[in-house]
Amino acid sequence: MSRTVTIDPVTRIEGHAKITIHLDDAGRVADARFHVVEFRGFEKFCIGRTFWEMPGITARICGICPVSHLLASAKAGDEILGVRVPPRAEKLRRLMNWAQIVQSHALSFFHLSAPDLLLGMESDPAQRNIMGLIQQRPDIARNGIRLRQFGQEVIRLLGGRSVHPAWAVPGGVRESLTAEKRDQIRRMLPEAFDIIELALDLLKDSFDSFANEIQSYGDFPSLYMGLVTPQGGLEHYDGLLRVVDADGKVLEEAPPGEFRRFIAEAVEPWSYLKFPYYKPLGYPAGMYRVGPLARLNVCDFAGTPRADRELRQFRRLGARGKPVTSSFHYHYARLIEILFALEKIEETVEDPTIVGDHVRNYASVNQEYGVGVSEAPRGTLFHEYRVDGNGVLTYVNLIIATGNNNLAMNRTVKQIAQAYINGNGLSEGILNRIEHGIRLYDPCLSCSTHAVGQMPMHVQLIGPDGQVLDELRR
Amino acid sequence: MAVITLTINDELVSGREGDTLLTLMREKGIEVPTLCHLDGLSPRGGCRLCLVEVQGSNRLVPACITPAQEGMSIVTHSERLIKYRRMILELLFSERNHICAVCVMNGRCELQAEAAAIGMDHVRYDYLTPQLPIDASHQRFAVDHNRCILCTRCVRVCDEVEGAHTWDVMGRGVNSRVITDLNQPWGTSKSCTSCGKCVQVCPTGALHLKGSTVAEMRKDRDFLRWILDGREKKQWILRNGGQESGR
Repeated sequence: MSRTVTIDPVTRIEGHAKITIHLDDAGRVADARFHVVEFRGFEKFCIGRTFWEMPGITARICGICPVSHLLASAKAGDEILGVRVPPRAEKLRRLMNWAQIVQSHALSFFHLSAPDLLLGMESDPAQRNIMGLIQQRPDIARNGIRLRQFGQEVIRLLGGRSVHPAWAVPGGVRESLTAEKRDQIRRMLPEAFDIIELALDLLKDSFDSFANEIQSYGDFPSLYMGLVTPQGGLEHYDGLLRVVDADGKVLEEAPPGEFRRFIAEAVEPWSYLKFPYYKPLGYPAGMYRVGPLARLNVCDFAGTPRADRELRQFRRLGARGKPVTSSFHYHYARLIEILFALEKIEETVEDPTIVGDHVRNYASVNQEYGVGVSEAPRGTLFHEYRVDGNGVLTYVNLIIATGNNNLAMNRTVKQIAQAYINGNGLSEGILNRIEHGIRLYDPCLSCSTHAVGQMPMHVQLIGPDGQVLDELRR
Repeated sequence: MAVITLTINDELVSGREGDTLLTLMREKGIEVPTLCHLDGLSPRGGCRLCLVEVQGSNRLVPACITPAQEGMSIVTHSERLIKYRRMILELLFSERNHICAVCVMNGRCELQAEAAAIGMDHVRYDYLTPQLPIDASHQRFAVDHNRCILCTRCVRVCDEVEGAHTWDVMGRGVNSRVITDLNQPWGTSKSCTSCGKCVQVCPTGALHLKGSTVAEMRKDRDFLRWILDGREKKQWILRNGGQESGR
């Protein structure tokens, strides 16, 4: 008799989701699905607004990565205005984006995933959260909070507030950086560097004990997509959109505005999250991954000394110069990106041209179509707008970073379920492993940052006749 | 001018005949919320936020258009009045789409400020969520009907101060809408002088500079005082056959 196991809600992720695991007659995993169960509607209700408002409106999509939407939206606006933003404004936007990557990656690693990594995937669920981490490893929990605070503080210094700053606008940014604020950022940097070095050691030392997880937590060949600099370096703000295949061969390298040529979107009736795919391979074969792992896989080099040293170690995790295939290594990639972002922030605050006026250019509507692409912490983010001659939106399409990973997340859930569920041996710990598969991608499903601590989890085993065969609550 | 004496909140107040209750209250430092009223423009009595109680009458009267009379006794703050003022604000919020968080006037909006001052923490009425357009056809300005509270300050300043009378109101009740010319796109208006006075007097983000982003709009109403003072003192009337302008 076949059965369905439902994990609802999935905890320690950003947003609301559930997982269903479909078992066959022998109790083996036949299929597993990751459902995003909330509907937002931004693409529809933004129609009729003006594109000038969009950075502020779309920043509200997410409380964790508002900066990513702010930047992608402002960049789409730059295109509609047809202006080049002042070089100083571009540097400041990049600075905020790196700060965002630091704070978001720190949140993912320390607050959401560290309880699994340090306390154990199947440890006591009452302790397996940030509160338990604070009790058992207060030093590490504190470091995570401090590192996230660093990123949030840089965002606040630039944009006036750390969540939903309306600072980047079509044409540039609203306020320049003062010398005092720049010095404040400079003073906070050494502690952030110390923390990331400790975190890198901590994670790398634990690889041996996660040998099984590395093999089963989303280890499969796929395409990878991310921005690179024109020279092929690691990039988060602009540059070229590159797609590589499972062997690392470059399939596409194009200005991000041309993404329509090779990215298409599919939908499934059981999830509100879109399923983008690489067009030439079709759906669902055109599965690709984005985010930290993908960015490190697509770039030729990082471009900063310490991150490049780590990147060389990271590359050894892949087979003979091929991309790193295990999604478990999103964690490692995330930490390397924090290090890279800190080095870039350091470089930027030492740049004498960063302080000064002229950070915004003005124009009226010169183009009726604009695409803004940036690398959000979770991956490539697309904002695509069409406006009328007055700047009123007639079409809005958003491909959110997490959406790009949708096919891969489903594949990961299935792989973990198949590796750990055999016969009827179900336990809370195994279900947590499956949730961790989702946490690897750090999916950002909504604008809400959940409170720390225990979220209710309700799992049901449902028979083909709809009868609840078993139930687990925590 | 005859002097009159009346009682406001149990305190004797004297004023000039013809003064409105609102004028005397403000002279005494008694603040009541207002939205349609703006010093310098003709009073309208539309928003009803300045309603006060008059002893001996069951009917509440708007202070901005009620002339003070000898021997009147009024109360400006009572439980009933505060309840009604809050109710009016909630109805204003529920009637159109006021999304403060992403509004160009967030933090400087008069509607938002009055709601905060009265402690309006939620709206008890169903939102009507009408589908209203933005008219961004003007080169410099835009009107977002989602944020309009129909105070008609724009209509009055355009007519009384600029003399263009580009703005007016069409429709009835909940379907009322401010319009330019005979409901033509603002950008095509032949009467509009693009002076921007309407934008500056608008209490919310309904009228704003085109291209403004969230919480970026700032409005300055000092111009109204300069213009009206100048008019009152006849500073712009040419003297001596146009040889000398008045100072």
